[in-house]
Amino acid sequence: MSDETPHPAAAPTFSSREAAALPRRSATISVLVENESGVLARVIGLFAGRGYNIDSLTVASVDAGGSRSRINIVTSGSDMVIEQIKAQLTRLVPVYRIAELSQEGPHLARELAMVKVISDGANRAEALRLAEAFRARVIDATVESFVFELTGGTQKLDSFIELLRPIGLAEVSRTGVAAIARGTRMLSSKH
Amino acid sequence: MTAIQQQSGAEILLRALRDQGVEVIFGYPGGAVLPIYDAIYQQNSIRHILVRHEQAAVHAAEGYARSTGKVGVVLVTSGPGATNAVTGLVDALMDSIPVVCLTGQVPTHLIGNDAFQEADTTGITRAATKQNYLVRQSEDLARTVHEAFHIARSGRPGPVLIDLPKDILIAPAPYQPASAEPHRSYRPVTEPDPSRIKEAVRLLKSAKRPIVYSGGGVINAGDAASAALVEFVRVTGMPCTSTLMGLGAYPSNDPQFLGMLGMHGTYEANNAMHGCDVMLNIGARFDDRVTGRLNAFSPDSRKIHADIDPSSINKNVVVDVPIIGDAGLVMQALLAAWHADDTRQDREGLASWWRQIDAWRAVDSLKFTQNPAPGSIIKPQHAIRRLYEITRETGRDTFISTEVGQHQMWAAQHFRFDKPNRWMTSGGLGTMGYGLPAAAGVQIAHPDALVIDVAGEASILMNIQEMATLAQYRLPVKVFILNNQYMGMVRQWQELLHGSRYSESYSEALPDFVKLADAFHGVGLRATSVDDLDRVIREMIAIDRPVIADICVDQKENCFPMIPSGAAHNEMILGPEHQDRAAAVTDEGLMLV
Ligand SMILES: Cc1ncc(C[n+]2csc(CCOP(=O)(O)OP(=O)(O)O)c2C)c(N)n1
Ligand SMILES: [Mg+2]
Repeated sequence: MSDETPHPAAAPTFSSREAAALPRRSATISVLVENESGVLARVIGLFAGRGYNIDSLTVASVDAGGSRSRINIVTSGSDMVIEQIKAQLTRLVPVYRIAELSQEGPHLARELAMVKVISDGANRAEALRLAEAFRARVIDATVESFVFELTGGTQKLDSFIELLRPIGLAEVSRTGVAAIARGTRMLSSKH
Repeated sequence: MTAIQQQSGAEILLRALRDQGVEVIFGYPGGAVLPIYDAIYQQNSIRHILVRHEQAAVHAAEGYARSTGKVGVVLVTSGPGATNAVTGLVDALMDSIPVVCLTGQVPTHLIGNDAFQEADTTGITRAATKQNYLVRQSEDLARTVHEAFHIARSGRPGPVLIDLPKDILIAPAPYQPASAEPHRSYRPVTEPDPSRIKEAVRLLKSAKRPIVYSGGGVINAGDAASAALVEFVRVTGMPCTSTLMGLGAYPSNDPQFLGMLGMHGTYEANNAMHGCDVMLNIGARFDDRVTGRLNAFSPDSRKIHADIDPSSINKNVVVDVPIIGDAGLVMQALLAAWHADDTRQDREGLASWWRQIDAWRAVDSLKFTQNPAPGSIIKPQHAIRRLYEITRETGRDTFISTEVGQHQMWAAQHFRFDKPNRWMTSGGLGTMGYGLPAAAGVQIAHPDALVIDVAGEASILMNIQEMATLAQYRLPVKVFILNNQYMGMVRQWQELLHGSRYSESYSEALPDFVKLADAFHGVGLRATSVDDLDRVIREMIAIDRPVIADICVDQKENCFPMIPSGAAHNEMILGPEHQDRAAAVTDEGLMLV
């Protein structure tokens, strides 16, 4: 990922014995995998089987031939647990490369939400005003309802949805987080 | 069809296996794999060993693999054949044993239809294998087989499964030889980081109280790894201990060897682990059987951990110098760096450390008292000691497998191994029923060796049907049962932790093992008192046929030393006189297995 590639055998060190007890943090991890059947099940099974959290998971093929997919996972845990997650992912046979975007430098994380609001009168007008303030698009409208489309960071989506809750929020569909590093850094396979 | 007669999928499969150097398959037939059995029938280069249960096929392949360093191969049918194999696969996964398991599957067009003997084998075994495949196209068949062998044997070895739909086995398939290209995504790191090696050597040279803690990874890395370990320990003068899985990598009779560590490890090994200031873990994984209570584990040491699997590092125990690499390459690099580094080793510190260790050793934590008077009841430890001494007298190359329980621990404590690959035991999963089929696999690989399954009377019944396999292939495996009429290890925990309430742990209604041996075309022997023991052992070894030796031992003997669950290394129960220490086990400890 970076120019100064570490020795492939360099495992992370923990500065202190108390590392295990460090507070939980969130981590955004991108995984480049061979697009073979069962690979997503293997990744999800790893998280379920070892008791790791999945706060968000997205997957889609990302190369021209459709032979490689990128999985973006938002998870949380202590430093030691997150290092474990990364090591466990790395050793899966169909995994090419993993990177913890939230650790390796500045990165962008976005998700998309479609939000249905059913309301009338003042609430309907208020919902439209909020959508404008958040730069959400109206992608469907009937006399009783709107569907808004909003893209952005998780927190922005969360707060938009929270504000709509008292004024007719009916249904939410979200994609989960897609993430990428800023600048020239890439999650490409070294092989 | 073209001029060249195209081969069927089943024939291509066998060709790929031959190219991978496969000589033996352990298997059991069924509808979905009939094309493979037909192809096996029509060739002579690969031998098929018919086991009597699919679980046994995997354990036999494990025994074969563990005793030879080669990949063990299993062939079973779809549905129940595959599900029966699952225990063996998890066993191989936990103990990092290279196995390729071929399973039949219903034809591709029926997959997902709940067809007869259909099971979602790749789904069921995803967490039971290092990698698995469902071959959907004939052109992928040969490549998949080659890839499976590469993955099974490289990096951290493990079981790989290939699910083969019947139509793929019947249809013509193209052949591809194994590719020299590296795998697309899978690239295990074997060469250690030189800077970490230097750091490790500096730490080890400055150590006052060092210890080398070696594990199954050293055995997996081959004879050269064991040789490098031995040389390193000799050159550095350090004490060396081993996990259950690592026994034999360092010779047990060597004075620098402290014996096994962990729950039933020696007093000196566990105290040295607790009191050391620098620890070199090579190819072991800080398993809970080894560490005891984690927050009390070796509290004052700096830890170096070398493992081929990055996920083993910093999983349970935070280490100071992590090294990713093959155990053999790491030991060779450490040895070279040790000689190259001109820092002086702290030899004075080491000498006083050895004085401390010798004091712990003087406790003689494996001692037991055998009443020698004729008619006395046999102590199980004595039975193992005599088994060891008498087999050693014969000078024969001896392989020991075990089942799971007290007898397994006594074998680990009292049988001394001086070469790698001679000790087959189910360490990670602790699978009762492992030992007999594993011994069959070992004997297939080493027809002239002395192969003994040290068993318990409960465990042996879990795969007793394999006596028929022994008979069919004239495998002179010896089953040495320490018959205490209890699931002894369960009884011991009930005695120590559950108020001696022996719930369901008595071995009621046991078969007559002598007659059982007879029924399976073997020879049955029995020892009921100490004066029978040597004669029975000698007779057992002399008989060139399968033997069951029913050794009736003290029913209430407990396996010591023992670190009760949730306790620290220095809170060991040395013998019955300390048994009340188990009462101090906390609720948290009780929860542990
Ligand atoms: C398949 C399986 N089931 C249950 C257990 C739990 N278990 C561990 S040791 C043991 C008793 C084994 O008894 P035996 O074979 O007589 O050996 P002993 O401890 O008496 O030497 C049991 C039931 C296990 N390890 N494996
Ligand atoms: Mg028993």
